[in-house]
Amino acid sequence: MFQLSNEAKEQVLNELKRYESKQSAVLPALYIAQKDNKGYVNAAVIKELSKVMEIPESQINEVFTFYTMYNKKTVGEHHIQVCRTISCMINGAPELTEHLCNELHVNLGEVTKDGKFSVSEVECLGSCGTAPMIQITHADGTSQYHENLSKESAMNILRGLK
Amino acid sequence: MQTQETKYLTEFYHLPEFKTLDGYKKNGGYKELEKALKMQPQEIIDTVKASGLRGRGGAGFSTGMKWGFLPKNNEPRYLLCNADEGEPGTFKDRMMMEKAPHQLIEGMIISAFAIGSKKSYIYVRGEYETSINSLLNAIQEAYKAGFLGKNILGSGFDHDMDVYRGAGAYICGEETGMISSLEGLKGQPKLKPPFPAVQGYLKKPTIVNNVETLAAVKYIIRDGADHYKKFGTEKSTGTKLFSLSGNIVKPGNYEVPLAFPLKDMIFGLGGGMKSGRQLKAVIPGGSSAPVLTADEAMRATLDYECLAGMGTMLGSGAIIVIDDSNCMVECLANLMHFYHHESCGQCTPCREGTGWLDKIVHSIITGKGRMQDIDLLMKVADNMKGKTICALSDAAALPVLSFVPKFRDEFEYYVREGKSKVKGRTYTMPHYMSAGAH
Repeated sequence: MFQLSNEAKEQVLNELKRYESKQSAVLPALYIAQKDNKGYVNAAVIKELSKVMEIPESQINEVFTFYTMYNKKTVGEHHIQVCRTISCMINGAPELTEHLCNELHVNLGEVTKDGKFSVSEVECLGSCGTAPMIQITHADGTSQYHENLSKESAMNILRGLK
Repeated sequence: MQTQETKYLTEFYHLPEFKTLDGYKKNGGYKELEKALKMQPQEIIDTVKASGLRGRGGAGFSTGMKWGFLPKNNEPRYLLCNADEGEPGTFKDRMMMEKAPHQLIEGMIISAFAIGSKKSYIYVRGEYETSINSLLNAIQEAYKAGFLGKNILGSGFDHDMDVYRGAGAYICGEETGMISSLEGLKGQPKLKPPFPAVQGYLKKPTIVNNVETLAAVKYIIRDGADHYKKFGTEKSTGTKLFSLSGNIVKPGNYEVPLAFPLKDMIFGLGGGMKSGRQLKAVIPGGSSAPVLTADEAMRATLDYECLAGMGTMLGSGAIIVIDDSNCMVECLANLMHFYHHESCGQCTPCREGTGWLDKIVHSIITGKGRMQDIDLLMKVADNMKGKTICALSDAAALPVLSFVPKFRDEFEYYVREGKSKVKGRTYTMPHYMSAGAH
C-alpha cells in the first residue's frame, strides 16, 4: 500500500483549493504523487490520491493514462528524453539516441543496472532551433533542456550527473 | 536580400534584466496597463479589432472578432493563455516566456480588462519548466507591485492570474482540448458550437489566445491600430515571430513584418543552407502545414494570403528547412509517427486514420511497400479531412496530401527498389527500440 508523505499530502490539499474546480487539481496532484513515488505512478498511487482528493480512482486513472509525462513504470534517477521529431531527426537525433543507448547499455524504456539512467524518445520538445536536444528529468522532479548536442557533449553532461 | 529583423515585440529581448520587473519597467513596462485602465473596455476591443491582429498560435483568426463573441452580460468569464506550444518546429512562445514574462502578463491584464475577466490562467506545456518558473516568479512580482490582485492601480479592476502545467499532450494546444485539460480531464477537444467564448472553462465564457497574440496587445495599445497596420499587408498586419529550424546555418527565432519573403528568411536571416547542400523543401507553418518545394519556397512571402494561395498555411510561424540530404519518405514517416502518437482517440477517422498512415508509410520505408500503397496513403488522408471534432486529423492528412504528390518519385523509388532514393539504403528499426518502448 502506498501512502503520500505528509509534505506531498499537504501540497495535494493545497492544489485542491487553488483552482475554480476541485477536479482541476488532478493533473498537479499526479505530478506531486509521481515525485513522491520515485518518479512513476501505479495503481497504489492512484488509490491513495483518490482517497486524499475524494475523487474516484477511474477519473484519476483516465487522466494518468492520457498524458505522457506521468511515467507508467520506473525510470532512472536521471531520465533522459531525446526529442525525435522532424527538426531533431534531420539534425542527428537518431544517431544521438543510438549512442546514448549503446553507452548506457539500455534499450529505450529501460533503466541502467545501477538505477541512475533511463532513456526514452519523446515528441517535439519545442527546441527545434537547437537540435538535437534532450530533456533530463531528475529524481527530485526538476528537469533541464540540454541543446545543440553532439554525442560527446551529451556524454559529458551525463558524466557530470554521476 | 533582406537580412534585418524588425524588433517590435522583441526590442529588449537582448537585455537579461528584461525578465525582471525592474528591468521591464525601465524599458516601458506596465505603461500601457496604466493607459488601458483609463480607457473604456470597448475602446480596447475596437482598437485590437481595427489593428487586424490575428491569432498567432496557428489558426490566424481575428483576435478582436473572437473577443466580440463573448456574451454581453455580467456573467463571469475567463481568459486562458495558450502556452502549450507543441506544433513541431515552433519555439517562439518559450523564448517569450523566458525572456519577457512581464510582457505577456501585461498584455494579459490589458486583455482581461477589455473583456471583463477577473481570472486568467496561462496553460503551459509540462515540459517547459523554465517558462513555468519564469512566469510564476513574474506573477508574484506583479502582485507585489499592485499590477495583479484587487483594485489594480486604483482603477477598481480586480484580476487574478495563475499558471497551469500541462502533462505532455499535443492535443491540449487545441483550445477546447486545453479547456478539458484545465478542467482536470483527458485533453479531448469538444464539439463546436458552443464556442469557448460562449461556453468554455467550467461552462463559463472563455477566451483562449496564444502567448504572442496577447503580448502584441500591449503594443497595439501603445502605438494604436494605424501604426500596427503599417507592418505587413492589408489582411496580414503586424510583425510575427518565426521559428526557423532544420538544415540551416543560423536557426532561431526571428521577428519580421508579415509578408517578409521566405527566401530572405532562409538565405538572409537564416544564413542559408549548411555546407554545400541544396534546398529541397520547406514546411512553412509548423509540421501540419503542407510542404513547399524549393521552387515554391523561393516565391513565397510569409503572410496568411500568400501561403494560403499556395495551398499551405502560415500556421504558428514554424519554418522547417529540409536540404537534399534528406529522404522525404522518411521525413513523412517521422511526422506520421507523431500524429499517430498524438491523436486523442476520440474520433474514428483520426484514431484509425493516423494509425494507418503511420503503418503504411513505415511499411514503405522498411522495404515492404506495394505500389498501390502510395495511392492508398492519399485515399486514407483524403478520408480524414474535415470529418472530426478538431483539426488534428486534418493536420495529419495535409502533410501526406502534399509530400506524396510533390515528391512522388521518391515514394515510387522506395517501393520499386526497396530503398531510399536519397540514402541508398532501407530504413531499419534500430536495435535499441525494444517493443513497447513508447
